[in-house]
Amino acid sequence: MKKSQTRPIDAIYLALIYLFFYLPIAVLIVYSFNNSSYSLVWHGFTTNWYHSLFSDSGLWIAALHSLIIGVLAATFATIIGTLAAVSLYRYRFMGKGLLNGMIFILIVTPDIVMGISLLLLFSILNMPLGFWSLLLAHITFCIPFVVVTVYSRISGMDKNIFEAAKDLGARELTIFTKITVPLLLPAIISGILLCFTLSFDDVMISYFVSGPGFEILPLKIYSMARLGVKPELNALCSVTFILTLLLVVLSQKLTRKES
Amino acid sequence: MSDKTVVEIKGVSKSFNDQDVLKCIDLTIKHGEFLTLLGPSGCGKTTLLRMISGFEEPTNGDIYIDGKNAKGLPPHERHVHTVFQSYALFPHMTVSDNVAFGLRCNGIPENEVKPRVEEALRMVKLENFGNRKPAQLSGGQQQRVAIARAVVNRPLVLLLDEPLSSLDYRLRKTMQMELRQLQRKLGITFIFVTHDQEEALSMSDRVVVMSEGVITQIGTPRQVYEEPACLSVAKFIGEVNIFETNVSSITDGKITVNIEGMPHTYPNKHNFSVGDKALVLVRPEDVRVYDSNEVTDTSNMYRGIVEDFTYKGTTVDLMVRLDSGKVLATTEFFDEDDDSLVYTLGEKVWLHWVNGWEVILPHEG
Repeated sequence: MKKSQTRPIDAIYLALIYLFFYLPIAVLIVYSFNNSSYSLVWHGFTTNWYHSLFSDSGLWIAALHSLIIGVLAATFATIIGTLAAVSLYRYRFMGKGLLNGMIFILIVTPDIVMGISLLLLFSILNMPLGFWSLLLAHITFCIPFVVVTVYSRISGMDKNIFEAAKDLGARELTIFTKITVPLLLPAIISGILLCFTLSFDDVMISYFVSGPGFEILPLKIYSMARLGVKPELNALCSVTFILTLLLVVLSQKLTRKES
Repeated sequence: MSDKTVVEIKGVSKSFNDQDVLKCIDLTIKHGEFLTLLGPSGCGKTTLLRMISGFEEPTNGDIYIDGKNAKGLPPHERHVHTVFQSYALFPHMTVSDNVAFGLRCNGIPENEVKPRVEEALRMVKLENFGNRKPAQLSGGQQQRVAIARAVVNRPLVLLLDEPLSSLDYRLRKTMQMELRQLQRKLGITFIFVTHDQEEALSMSDRVVVMSEGVITQIGTPRQVYEEPACLSVAKFIGEVNIFETNVSSITDGKITVNIEGMPHTYPNKHNFSVGDKALVLVRPEDVRVYDSNEVTDTSNMYRGIVEDFTYKGTTVDLMVRLDSGKVLATTEFFDEDDDSLVYTLGEKVWLHWVNGWEVILPHEG
């Protein structure tokens, strides 16, 4: 079979797949420039929606909140998750098997279950819903993803490397900072980015654990969309999409350089 | 090599999950010797090595390193370093940083680190490779970095866990020689683990043959090859023809056994009684093969036909079926008497071996 020759049917099939994936996003971006409030008919090009978007201070504050939660949640989840993954790989301790299983259970737990159970926890603890409850919730649901990402990288490494370091007189802290972290860096970076995107677009869990005093972007968009999809919303989603795309490209570049 | 003991293993056993991996090992290793632990995979040789290095603790027994009981001592406090089979180099560090790692961990001042790293790299002929990353080196060079990284710390003992097994044949031969030379130059005790009997014979001062968790023989390469202590050693090291027979009579301290229809007489070294079962072992290279027209007196020879032959460049290996049905392996070297060594399948040949070159062992089990 020749590989270089592409049959027309292959090309069509491929085109259909890409259309299925990206047509909705393309439509969204195109309509964010449509000079009409409600119509789906093209009324000419405008950047008005972007102007009104950037002058809407409520949205800006929500976006800023999401950014803060995203960065903090990603940072803490990555630190905790990396430590957990390294411990799971390197040490034998009580309840290791249980911990391993629990992490996978957390990944497959439906968001709604997680959201309600966290809400329950916070109300039992008498904790006000707002910044802290959101942050804790986001750290919680991000950790398992970091553990899985980092663990898959560390388990592919030669176990003798750690023994060699120990043999040469390295203390545990030296092994961690000089050997483990540098070798895991690509996985740690992708862990951070993964957490940030998970946190940034989470609606379900945030819906349960956020309060009126601290609004975040996905929930704001959700409540705006319930009143009908406005062109500002199209503009907002387009901006978010472009930012995410940049993040993905950045992470790809970083990890490629590392390996 | 001196008579000073550097490592002493006393009654050491090890079990994992109630399975005995090592059973009551006693072994004394002298300062400056090249000692090889030889055995098939799963015989416990690597476990023994890991207990000397401190990665495993014995279930029973004690290990003394330089006269001190090593019980509970972590690997880096034992003055013993390991070269791993996978090399285990730190892939994100340069060759120099890899070699300097142990020195820096032990707080050696930086102005002393540099000359010592350079010296170690020079010793393994990699002085110009200090700035490279391990991935930019060949397998043999990575191997040498691993050795430099260990010897730079001036250990009493260097432990090498099948370090050559992932190299190709030619490189392995070169590295064997280099390791031997390095060991002589450094005067450090090398404990070398391998399953390759040829490697063990060609490199070691002494070979420790292991099988199923016990030491079956300790001796010089010549001793373990020429005077194997038991059948498993004889079988593991080199090829061997085994004849099972009975002691038919004993006269003047000499036993007579019948081998494939012909009587042979040997000194009675194993206190045989008449009727005891005995094993007679003959190495293929000790068997001499003659064409039918080469010999006149065939009274002390076996007749057979060539079943198979393999040309190996320096030798020709034959499989000869005797009249009794027994198949013998033989190895013939090219020399001035016999420079052709041409055989055809089914050809009739005569063969014998020099009386006294056999190994006689009591029957096991």
